[in-house]
Amino acid sequence: MTDFGDALSIPWLSLIAFAPLAGAFFIILGRATARRVDGGAIAPEALEDVDRNARRVALLFTLGVFLISLFVYVAYYDPTVGGYQLVEESEWIAGVNYKMGVDGISILFVLLTTFFFPICVIASWNSITTRVADYMIAFLVMETLVIGVFCALDLIVFYLFFEGSLIPMFLVIGVWGSKGVKEFAGYRMPSRVYAAIKFFLFTFLGSVLMLVAILWMFAQTGTTDVPTLQQTEFPPGAQTWLWWAFFASFAVKMPMWPVHTWLPDAHVQAPTAGSVILAAILLKMGGYGFLRFSLPMFPIASADFAPVVFALSVVAIIYASLVALAQEDMKKLIAYSSVAHMGFVTMGIFTGTKQGIEGALFQMVSHGFISGALFLCVGVVYDRMHTREIAAYGGLVHRMPFYAFIFLFFTMGNVGLPGVSGFVGEFLTMAGAFKVNSWIAFFAAFGVILSAAYGLRLYRQVMFGELTKESLMTIPDVDARELSMLVLLMAFALYLGVYPHPALSVLSPSVDLLMNTYDAGLLSRTGG
Amino acid sequence: MDVLGSLGVFLPELALLLGAMGLLIYGVFQETEDGDNEIVPLAAIGLLLAATALVALGGGVDAEAFAGAFRIDAFSQFSKALIFGAAAFAILMSNEERQGSGVRRFEYSILILLAAIGMALMVSANDLISLYMAIETQSLALYVLAAINRDSHRSTEAGLKYFVLGALSSGLLLYGASLIYGFTGATGFDAIAAVATGEEANPGLVVGLVFLICGLAFKVSAAPFHMWTPDVYEGAPTPVTAFFAAAPKVAAMALFARALVGAFPEAVGDWRPVIAMLAVASMAVGSFSAIVQTNVKRLLAYSSIGHMGFALVGLAAGTERGVSSVLIYMAVYIVMTIGAFSCVLLMRRQGGRTESVSDLAGLAETDKSLALILGILLFSLSGVPPTGGFFGKFFVFGAAVEAGLVWLAIIGVLMSAVAAFYYLRIVKIMWFDEAAPAFASGPGVRLGLTASLSAVIMLPGLLFLIGPLERAATSAAASLF
Repeated sequence: MTDFGDALSIPWLSLIAFAPLAGAFFIILGRATARRVDGGAIAPEALEDVDRNARRVALLFTLGVFLISLFVYVAYYDPTVGGYQLVEESEWIAGVNYKMGVDGISILFVLLTTFFFPICVIASWNSITTRVADYMIAFLVMETLVIGVFCALDLIVFYLFFEGSLIPMFLVIGVWGSKGVKEFAGYRMPSRVYAAIKFFLFTFLGSVLMLVAILWMFAQTGTTDVPTLQQTEFPPGAQTWLWWAFFASFAVKMPMWPVHTWLPDAHVQAPTAGSVILAAILLKMGGYGFLRFSLPMFPIASADFAPVVFALSVVAIIYASLVALAQEDMKKLIAYSSVAHMGFVTMGIFTGTKQGIEGALFQMVSHGFISGALFLCVGVVYDRMHTREIAAYGGLVHRMPFYAFIFLFFTMGNVGLPGVSGFVGEFLTMAGAFKVNSWIAFFAAFGVILSAAYGLRLYRQVMFGELTKESLMTIPDVDARELSMLVLLMAFALYLGVYPHPALSVLSPSVDLLMNTYDAGLLSRTGG
Repeated sequence: MDVLGSLGVFLPELALLLGAMGLLIYGVFQETEDGDNEIVPLAAIGLLLAATALVALGGGVDAEAFAGAFRIDAFSQFSKALIFGAAAFAILMSNEERQGSGVRRFEYSILILLAAIGMALMVSANDLISLYMAIETQSLALYVLAAINRDSHRSTEAGLKYFVLGALSSGLLLYGASLIYGFTGATGFDAIAAVATGEEANPGLVVGLVFLICGLAFKVSAAPFHMWTPDVYEGAPTPVTAFFAAAPKVAAMALFARALVGAFPEAVGDWRPVIAMLAVASMAVGSFSAIVQTNVKRLLAYSSIGHMGFALVGLAAGTERGVSSVLIYMAVYIVMTIGAFSCVLLMRRQGGRTESVSDLAGLAETDKSLALILGILLFSLSGVPPTGGFFGKFFVFGAAVEAGLVWLAIIGVLMSAVAAFYYLRIVKIMWFDEAAPAFASGPGVRLGLTASLSAVIMLPGLLFLIGPLERAATSAAASLF
């Protein structure tokens, strides 16, 4: 920690969280002041200006937020302390306070979020051509809400951000999603609409039960303050149903088998940047919720139902990997691989061991980089060919050597090759699981093998072989814009894979604290 | 208290009443050929604002009037402020209606004023007789309002239907009141409360209570007494529908709370299951029936049935927190409703108004600001955070959980997820579908302002307003206990 004076004079976390909203406001302002033709529509040439400005403002603000968050991390965040830092609190409604703060667990996700949003803006620079201003507004609003999720230290504030983040994502999938028609219950509808509504209803239905649990806790304790509730011991009977209510919400978000079915649809239909945010950040909110709420608040129930979670995780790992093996669509394959990788995360979290939890956290961060990058890679060829069918490609290595190398790197990262960040997370979660139950680790290890199978199959079919397809003869290699994003992500994945210590050392004090709370909660049962 | 002193606490109502009479005379003498009048609506709005100001000025009063027939306290003041505000907006909305739809006749404003007076009396009624009189004062004005477009079959049908079913519900209510009177020997709420105590409630009294609840459930259009709502909402001119969806609901819900909590505080165990059943039925009917609606006004009718169900969840708690949550819910609800109906009024095509949900297709392309406003309101109606609708649900479900009605809260949140589906369907139509022809731009400044005001209150505004609103509602609820 470098000393920059008193950090508390500026509400840094609120600043980081709400700065993107200011960007959205500027874009709205830009459109409101644009020249209009009779009838109220914006003049076509003015629209181009509006769109260009929207892209620039969005990039400026997301980059600015990233730099501020980095600055705050370097200047004011003390990685040796496990508790909540940079805490802000102000009164709001009776018993509910607006409270923000970060610890070693959440700061990583905040940085991951602020890092990925500028990348998403860059990734959408040319590929989004309709309603650009709206699109950028949706992303900026989403950034605010997601940062809020990771910073909120009050259950109600958390719930507001957590649920609110559905709205922009719903719109992003539904408006800018890909073409295609879906038959459902006798209705024909665009498949993006089906995916958007499915995404919204699944997650909304999961979360409303959490709301009831939150209200019950509020009624019992008179507070929704997270640190206080983490120290509160709920009776074991109540813990059971509270745990299930929270579990319903986070399991859908993760997503765990069998409530994962919204994810492949949402991923396939979302525009590239939407998929990236979904994979890299939104899924992490589930794992974050388990760590922030389920484990410390309901330790007894967490320990009791850990076998259920293990079983679901192992099913997710093996089943989703097998399904991934059979996919014809690149994005769908990566989506199923995400489900499998999130299985490692849930398994690691509920081992209740330090290794398992750190591994789960590391796996989430690493999966953010790798799956985000894989979706960007798919986006690269999708922008050129407008298809995600694996069969439509083949022999790309001959035309796109740089792309082939980058894709190989991230495929290997996804497989969990040592040296890339994916390995560390999988290793740690399995090591944690091994301590608790060696069979779980044994079955989970099959996931690693299967991930190599589907990853390499995808790579072989897309990259290798003769370049026979007429349409691919002129496909250009990655350009500077795409290269800069992907290389940056490669650097991070490699750095974390070779030298995971810095990330782990940030996590460690907070995980220790979490373990203390968890173990104390478990002891209280045996103690009486 | 002497009669003159009683009149003193009725200053807002008296102002409205005298104003309405004056305007009626003025309107008759100044009548234009088509019956339209520009002055009367403005004057009526002014009167309502003045009455609201008087209510606000009389903030801390806690008085009984006319020998305990009425009770003016923080609870009635809170409800009156909502009612007068809703009435003022209902008149404002009528002003940009096309000629000849009836609502631009000067009688429209006066009828709304008279209905508002009835509602103001309803929320202060503290006696079975004054309760009935107040309800009838309000209802008679509402029956005429529903049929105000005399040339339209649908409007006339709506008025007739409303009248017949309303009369039936009044009958139920009266029958219940007479049973209660028969078994307690009192009509005043306080006197009834003194008699209706103890563990073993008199079965006759309980029957009377149930009839009373049925009559009131008609007025808030809670299922299974909701049958009239979709037809009346669809048939009546849209500003009238907006008024029906907002003000009378607040009045009836407040009356509901006062009658149950004021007259039967000891019999919570008897009326709570009834209210809980009404809540479940309303939430289910509202949520599931709205899914298949194609007419916006019918859809909003079912939506309002569902919302009444959610508010009744708070009432079922029967606690102080419960009553305050109902007030918060109603405050949020009328702001959303008025905003949503303003948007419906802005749906104009060449040659008239459209009311079909499919006409909203692609609104985000053709009219971005309207799509944004309606989008915010729909998310708020479905109760997605961080919109205002979420806070309403937060408080009612919180009160229910606190009172031990966890099962009711769980049904409630599940129903709100079902309801989210049909609101999302409209959002989908507006944002995802191919654009339908744009709406004709016409005079709609006031409507646009109303709609955007409610959207602003629902999204960023309530984050700041919810604290004061909660405090006001809490002190209002406290005056009932």
